[in-house]
Amino acid sequence: MKRFISRHANQFARRGGHVAIVVTLLAVGTFLMLELLPGNLADSLLGENSTPEELARIEADLGLDRPMGERFGLWTWNALQGDLGRSPLTGEEVAHSIATRLPVSIELMVLAQFLALLIALPLGVLAGYREGSRVDSAISSAAFGVLSVPHFVLGIVLILVFAIALDWFPATGFRPLSDGLGPNLASMFLPALTLALVEAPVYLRLLRSDIATTLREEFVTVARAKGLSDFQVLVRHALRPSSFSLITVMGINVGHLIGGAVIIETLFALPGVGRLLIESITRRDFLTLQGVVLFIGVSFVVVNLLVDALYAVLDPRIGARGRR
Amino acid sequence: MSTIIDSGTGVETPEGATAPVRGRRRGSVLRLWLPMAWVALVFAAALLADWLPIPPPNRMDFAAVEQGPSKAHLLGTDLDGRDLLSRLAHGARVSLTVSLVAPAIGLLGGSLFGLLAAYYAGALRVAILAVTDAMLAFPSLVFALGLTAVLGPSLRNVTIALGIMSIPAFARIARANALPLISREFVLAARTAGASDAYIMGREILPNMVMVLLTYALTMMSIMIVAEGSLSFLGVGVRPPTPSWGGMIAEGREALERVPHASLIPAAVMFLTVLSLNLIGDHLRQRHEAKAGGLS
Repeated sequence: MKRFISRHANQFARRGGHVAIVVTLLAVGTFLMLELLPGNLADSLLGENSTPEELARIEADLGLDRPMGERFGLWTWNALQGDLGRSPLTGEEVAHSIATRLPVSIELMVLAQFLALLIALPLGVLAGYREGSRVDSAISSAAFGVLSVPHFVLGIVLILVFAIALDWFPATGFRPLSDGLGPNLASMFLPALTLALVEAPVYLRLLRSDIATTLREEFVTVARAKGLSDFQVLVRHALRPSSFSLITVMGINVGHLIGGAVIIETLFALPGVGRLLIESITRRDFLTLQGVVLFIGVSFVVVNLLVDALYAVLDPRIGARGRR
Repeated sequence: MSTIIDSGTGVETPEGATAPVRGRRRGSVLRLWLPMAWVALVFAAALLADWLPIPPPNRMDFAAVEQGPSKAHLLGTDLDGRDLLSRLAHGARVSLTVSLVAPAIGLLGGSLFGLLAAYYAGALRVAILAVTDAMLAFPSLVFALGLTAVLGPSLRNVTIALGIMSIPAFARIARANALPLISREFVLAARTAGASDAYIMGREILPNMVMVLLTYALTMMSIMIVAEGSLSFLGVGVRPPTPSWGGMIAEGREALERVPHASLIPAAVMFLTVLSLNLIGDHLRQRHEAKAGGLS
């Protein structure tokens, strides 16, 4: 491990510098987002019938009367300590609202990734194994078709089929884990399935082409000549190298997953971070919006960093920047 | 100038070398002409929406609320008794405006920044790469949501937000395609002949990568339709009562059990349009073997 770290120290440092720049720009961008708002925060809080005195009082309360540089410094300093401010509309601490809603979003995304793999793995391997066959073209066409279905369209179709026509799963009405695992999973199933179905074709197509390419390699012929069964060849020799590219794509896909989660949480009325984002926009609660956007941006960077690290650990040939 | 240079190797890729030949001709009706016909139909509906013999998109017919397809309303009515066909045709304007203008903004901005980052070394390149990286380090939908929220929900602002959102991806592709071109003989020749930097970038490099960028812009069209639909669905896009497909689906969601068609018909139209554009884009990509980066 020590050798590993020293070997990669240079790359990690370079990556670290890169991340620092990106995160700094994220913070500047999110801060400027509110500054560029037509009219300022105090205006949007008070509405149109406000007196100048009220406006001045609120501006002083929020610290808006101080110069921009000073406010940015203070905001960043607080954000670094996990304090994203207190929403003037709901009175709730922004960091607290995010923290209470985060588990729902994470559960949704983890379940979705799991279901997506559950769908994509067998179908992708099968299509790659039987490349060019009718099964392959059926699976590939279906994947291409599903890729063209927006999240909310797919969600509505699933609600119609599974919640309204068949009445197997509820369409709305989130049940927290404290209500028990069964009810919780039942209320999460349709949202997770919708998100999974949108992500699955990406993984499926990747697996298909990966497996098909690997199966043409010479070492596969050798393995077959040794008398290994097709299943053993697929699992040992074809699936393992494919898992690297799968991890990479899953990492790249996290952004898409987060965007999807925002839509799915709204469609299925799940109390997650994505719904908080939309609520803060419709309520014009811009301080919460700012906090949530910064949080999502930074989480996305962190996830990508973790994927890179995982990748470097799994495949020693490839350094921290290898996936680009 | 239609030869496409492979950005990685600088070698021209022979056309159709890797594409399977089987079934290409048989499938072209289904994969190319039918999608083209559908897109043409949507365009025609959007352009002619005001002159078609359909009721105005916002007229509420309270005698015919939540009706299925009939002679008076070919595709039925929504929850407020508004004609679905009319709203779809007018909504197509929103979708098509966004899907044409936003990629154009991305194409122009992205080519400019991509070319500059490829051509000049130093602070400018670092700045461009840092900003595009920071923008790409952001879930694109969240980026568009934030920007639209700040600018205010309207067709113009949604288009601008989505256009800006797509600049980094275009910039990456432009830079990747410009880099191998810069060291080519014709660029050196132009430089020796005393051509200005702007001339070299605009007249020598840009024409050689414009097909790749245009193909990518075409694939961006369907992404933009979905993005606009998502924003409108979330209530952050085009403001009601202006009809947009995403907004119609969201309004129909309220009464999915009673009147599924109010949501399903716009959903089907959106799906068919996106699928058609993807099929056309796929066809062009296979023909041009263009390199295009992903936008997550």
